[in-house]
Amino acid sequence: MDHLKAINQKARRIQEHVGAPNGGSAAVAGGPPEPSAAPVDPGDLDVVGLESRDGPNIPLGCSLVFAPGWEVDSTGGTAGLCQPVERDLFDCHLACFWPAHVPDQLNHAPDWTGKCAAAQKDWRKIDLIFP
Amino acid sequence: MSAGAPTDTQGTTGNGANAADPVFLAQREFHAFEAGGETFLYLVPSAAVFYLDEPSVAVLQALDTGAASEDDLVTALAPRFGEPAVRRSLAELVRVQAIGLTTAPKQTFPRVLPQADFPLTTMVLNVTNKCNLACTYCYEYGEDKIVDTTCDPAPNYMSEETARKSVDFMFEQSGDLPVAHLTFFGGETLLNFKVLEKTVAYARERAVELGKDVDFSLTTNGTLLRDKVIDWLAENRIGVTVSIDGPKELQDKFRVFKNGMGSYDYALPKIKRLLERHRTRPIGARVTLTRQTLDVPRIFHHLRDEVGFWEVGFAPVTTADGRGYAIQDAGFDRMLGQFEELAQEFLEFAVDDRHHGFSNVKDTIEEIHKGVSKAFPCGAGLGLMGVATDGDVALCHRFAGSDDHSIGSVHTGLDRKRQFEFLGHHHVANKTDCSTCWARPLCAGGCYHEAHVRYGDTGVANLHYCDWIRSWTNTCLEVYGEIAVKNPGYLEQFES
Repeated sequence: MDHLKAINQKARRIQEHVGAPNGGSAAVAGGPPEPSAAPVDPGDLDVVGLESRDGPNIPLGCSLVFAPGWEVDSTGGTAGLCQPVERDLFDCHLACFWPAHVPDQLNHAPDWTGKCAAAQKDWRKIDLIFP
Repeated sequence: MSAGAPTDTQGTTGNGANAADPVFLAQREFHAFEAGGETFLYLVPSAAVFYLDEPSVAVLQALDTGAASEDDLVTALAPRFGEPAVRRSLAELVRVQAIGLTTAPKQTFPRVLPQADFPLTTMVLNVTNKCNLACTYCYEYGEDKIVDTTCDPAPNYMSEETARKSVDFMFEQSGDLPVAHLTFFGGETLLNFKVLEKTVAYARERAVELGKDVDFSLTTNGTLLRDKVIDWLAENRIGVTVSIDGPKELQDKFRVFKNGMGSYDYALPKIKRLLERHRTRPIGARVTLTRQTLDVPRIFHHLRDEVGFWEVGFAPVTTADGRGYAIQDAGFDRMLGQFEELAQEFLEFAVDDRHHGFSNVKDTIEEIHKGVSKAFPCGAGLGLMGVATDGDVALCHRFAGSDDHSIGSVHTGLDRKRQFEFLGHHHVANKTDCSTCWARPLCAGGCYHEAHVRYGDTGVANLHYCDWIRSWTNTCLEVYGEIAVKNPGYLEQFES
């Protein structure tokens, strides 16, 4: 690191951890190591385990923790609450930081939404998937 | 740069997010401070201390008023520092979590309890609950006592057998640690000198058998330091802390015999003799500060320069609110000013590599240097336990004898269930008052006994001195930072 200098023992440990090539982890550093002088890539700053690293930010999993957004919106009010998932499945699934839980469409169910052209209208046509 | 105001990094929710939206960055939890002409960050809760260069300071200042996009930050700061420096600085601040994406989930810090066989490092034996003094503010005998020693069936003096059992208990609970620390406490410890002698001998014997080392210390009011006792302390390399409140008129205000006579004239010659003859361990003084005796620099210089103590530590009296000797709000401010004055003196000594002896600041900068981030305010009930005269094991010496705070007995063993119930209940993650405080890595809510006396609940954060703790921690950080700039070699003594 060029702009921060570790002073105490804990800072040195953090520096060793996030500064070592490929040695960083989201738990300590908030992202993978060595972005060097390149711009901050949003992908470097998020939870690595839930993302595909190339292309758009597509969440591939879900979490058991309850999502905010159903009680309050991002401003703390109720005007912009989350939509029911059937009204906006693809946005919940693709772009929301709190990904909707969907089947494994890379391996197990690639055509899961094949008959569903517009989720808002056609969501009933989405296949039921069994493990 | 805001001083540690926690930043809500809860991300936006719902369906509005779009991958093409600009990335917004915001401050996370830290406390910035300046020392020696430089700017430093104290990160919370990691307790890491980083030096910041100019671009990093500018980035954090730009985020003082709220979140900003990376591009806006670069546009604003690139003319001063150049784009590569700003982007690199941003990346580094993100990596140490001084700043973060506004969409990142809020950091949560789980309540992790220590492993079940966490080893005991220090055992405090209350060898007696009797005292030859009658200090009016005493938490053991005074208005705020938690154990009724008059009606309690527990013996006034610990028996030799209970002391031996305690030693066995200590070694057993110390696990794989190579050294065990045994501390004697009271009451007035030296009233039970016979048991002290026998216990030290027995502990040494057991230590040899077990291939361990054992270290001893005790606290005394100094009035019973006969030559024989002093020689024994020196021969056995027993660390001694003397409870003393300063010059005669301050000492004699509260530290009195039962007939009301002050103890200064009686104790001082004995203390001087101790300092003269006991050269195998540094000897410290421990001062209780009250509203009526609040003169820290004078007390310090008297005890170090005129009496000859190696170190002097101060603690405000533990008391329920409203007692005549309780330090009130204005008193805390005064005490802080006096502490700061001595801290400056400490700094000057440290820069010249000289020993100063103000232990409050030294202890704190040691914790800062190590990057201590506490889940519990102290080791009570964890690495440290107290034993009452009857062998009951308590959280610490201050709770010894209290049935409500017992976690076992040296005769029947440790009550692990009770111990972990206590720890589970007292973890800093449970103290919501502390969750937004940048000083929590060092304070973690403060002394359980203080909270019990003040609020009747060991699990409550000591809210009456929060401002004081934050100001004092900031002072210690500034002292630490300035030493790091001017004489970093001084800090090597804290490496381990």
